Amino acid sequence: MQANVIRRRAPASLAELRKGEQGILDRLDLPEDVSRRLMELGFVPGSPVVAALSAPGGDPRVFRVDGSEIALRHDTAVRLKLRPAASAAAN
Amino acid sequence: MSGCDQCALAGVLPPAPTADPGRPRLIAIVGPPNSGKSTLFNRLTGLRQKVANYPGVTVEKRLGRARLEDGHEVALVDLPGIYSLSPRSEDEQVAHDVLAGTMPDFPRPDAVLLILDSTNLGRHLMLAAPILALGLPTMIVLNMADDLRKRGGEVDAESLTKQLGAPVVLASAAQDQGLEPVWRFLTECGAAPSPVDLPALQDVPRCHAWAARLGRHAAYQPPAPPIWTRRLDSILLHALWGPVIFCLVVVVVFQSIFSWARPLMNGVQWLIAWSGAWVGSLVPNTWARSLLVDGVWTGVGSVLVFLPQILLLFLFIGILEDSGYLARAALIADRTMARVGLQGKSFIPLLSAYACAVPAVLATRTIENQRDRIATILVAPFMTCAARLPVYTLIIAAFLPERPVLGPLLGTRAAAMLGLYALGFLAAFATARVLKSSILKSERTPFVLEMPPYRRPTLASLGLRLLDRAKIFLRRAGTVILAMAVVLWIVAHLPLSAGKVPPIERSLAGTLGRTVEPVIRPLGFNWKIGVGLITSLAAREVIVGTLGTIYGMEPDAKSRGLQAALRSDLTPGGAVALLVFFAFAMQCMSTIAVVRRETGSWKWPLVQFSYMTTLAWCGAFLANRIVTALA
Repeated sequence: MQANVIRRRAPASLAELRKGEQGILDRLDLPEDVSRRLMELGFVPGSPVVAALSAPGGDPRVFRVDGSEIALRHDTAVRLKLRPAASAAAN
Repeated sequence: MSGCDQCALAGVLPPAPTADPGRPRLIAIVGPPNSGKSTLFNRLTGLRQKVANYPGVTVEKRLGRARLEDGHEVALVDLPGIYSLSPRSEDEQVAHDVLAGTMPDFPRPDAVLLILDSTNLGRHLMLAAPILALGLPTMIVLNMADDLRKRGGEVDAESLTKQLGAPVVLASAAQDQGLEPVWRFLTECGAAPSPVDLPALQDVPRCHAWAARLGRHAAYQPPAPPIWTRRLDSILLHALWGPVIFCLVVVVVFQSIFSWARPLMNGVQWLIAWSGAWVGSLVPNTWARSLLVDGVWTGVGSVLVFLPQILLLFLFIGILEDSGYLARAALIADRTMARVGLQGKSFIPLLSAYACAVPAVLATRTIENQRDRIATILVAPFMTCAARLPVYTLIIAAFLPERPVLGPLLGTRAAAMLGLYALGFLAAFATARVLKSSILKSERTPFVLEMPPYRRPTLASLGLRLLDRAKIFLRRAGTVILAMAVVLWIVAHLPLSAGKVPPIERSLAGTLGRTVEPVIRPLGFNWKIGVGLITSLAAREVIVGTLGTIYGMEPDAKSRGLQAALRSDLTPGGAVALLVFFAFAMQCMSTIAVVRRETGSWKWPLVQFSYMTTLAWCGAFLANRIVTALA
């Protein structure tokens, strides 16, 4: 319980993941054609995504998903929402 | 299954084979980007390739022929890398049209080779659904099998063959392993696929689940993460070392195209002069010799000189791209480029433009986003290319006395040169900003950059690339540039007066110069400069030779005689205006030709030429006014 109090708010989007941290993709908050393109690259709801290295300054950032590494800009990453921590942990 | 209407439809589509018995069978190579598609294409066709563009689009059409064991040949088409067949990008549209048989003047392929990266099967298998739904005989090649095994992964190709109802083989195109079944497929093609089930193609999550299920049934064991790639990335994308190494790479590329190419270029120049003299000695001393040597040889030669520089540049780009570093460089450069609305992948082309806009325009092929690509093409000719240097050197030397500005480090002339570089750079970035916030505002396509694992570039692939670029460049030199050189020679040598070549002021070129004089007088130019501006449409540095001819002086940028003649004939305002004009104007038919080729229509080169010329005129006008007022 205590750990939960100290812990920061669970990351709500890919942009909030720390380096090496994993989250479960919940939904893509983007126009349909754009989200289709990202899904074809592996960003399918329910997939685990790990944040990896980034360009100097933190943007764009590389994400590991479905066996590949794909860089997204911050403005796209914030639109990729993660499942709340509880259900992510359950996975 | 939900997608069975798709399969039913697929069976109805006309199977094109043997429709025209005279034509060799055509097989399309399809696959996602980074699947090793082009490596396989190169492996199967060797040097029997031809590269062109599909009509009206920027997409490259790569055709080749493979010689079979029985002596027959099959035609192969290497389609652009795609993630799906739903036509959203230009690449996907082309792939879709070719495979559906709706591409104008292009036969429907008789069979398909689908190339997937076996180390990334979870995602790549998704593409199998729309391809199999086409109903064409298909073989699926799971490429990079050596890498898969090395990293402890495995997959049961037999099981996939059964599930997909089409032959599936593990192979490594780069190592030439496991390609025997592919050769057999080229010979026989086999029957249309009969997959157990296909997902609804419009539903990406369902396609993803379908692919995952296939992989599970085939006991797909994904490989361990590429350790070397992770290790290299921790250095090359390091917060401190990443940018340092990036800058080093940039310096090496820059240095190579400026200094290391120099001896090679001098060699080519010498060879052209020597061969020109030799050819001249074969023809009697008439107008024919003058046309051949002064017109054709010198004209085409002035462009051929850039061949070593272009090849060296493409060698570096090839190494960067094949090794996987180009994606990292684009990642590092992205934030800076984003400030003007461009993206990371525009960086290397714009850097190349400092050597020559032609390879820069060709290098934009690595940019998938069409609008970003067009914007990069449109601003690239503003970068100070090597052909501007002789012009800058001549004018600066003629008008600016050398004085120290920053002690011995920087003189007035070097400062002026730097200023001109800065001017071109600013024009490029301001234009990019305007374009990207108006007519080329990005569609909603987000910036997505795949980081492929690092791989060792192979000599064969680098060699083929260079050959490709050399062919494109030489073909242009032999056609457009040759024609333009002849035209320029004619206008400078006609009309004959009393059977003799007229002095330049009375030639057609001179007349043209006088005709444009009213337009360029506000810039401080006279008709002689006008002639130079017209001839330099061929290539910027041609103006130096032209002015040499007009003033009857040695056409050498360092020539004191020509400098003195210019000094007495041009005001300081006009001189500065001329520099500014050359910084902005698109005085280069090679660039116009390559932009036409790469954008697939005359629209963009015309827009670009008008815009740059207008900007050049206005800039030169202002420069002339300001300098004249100050002086």
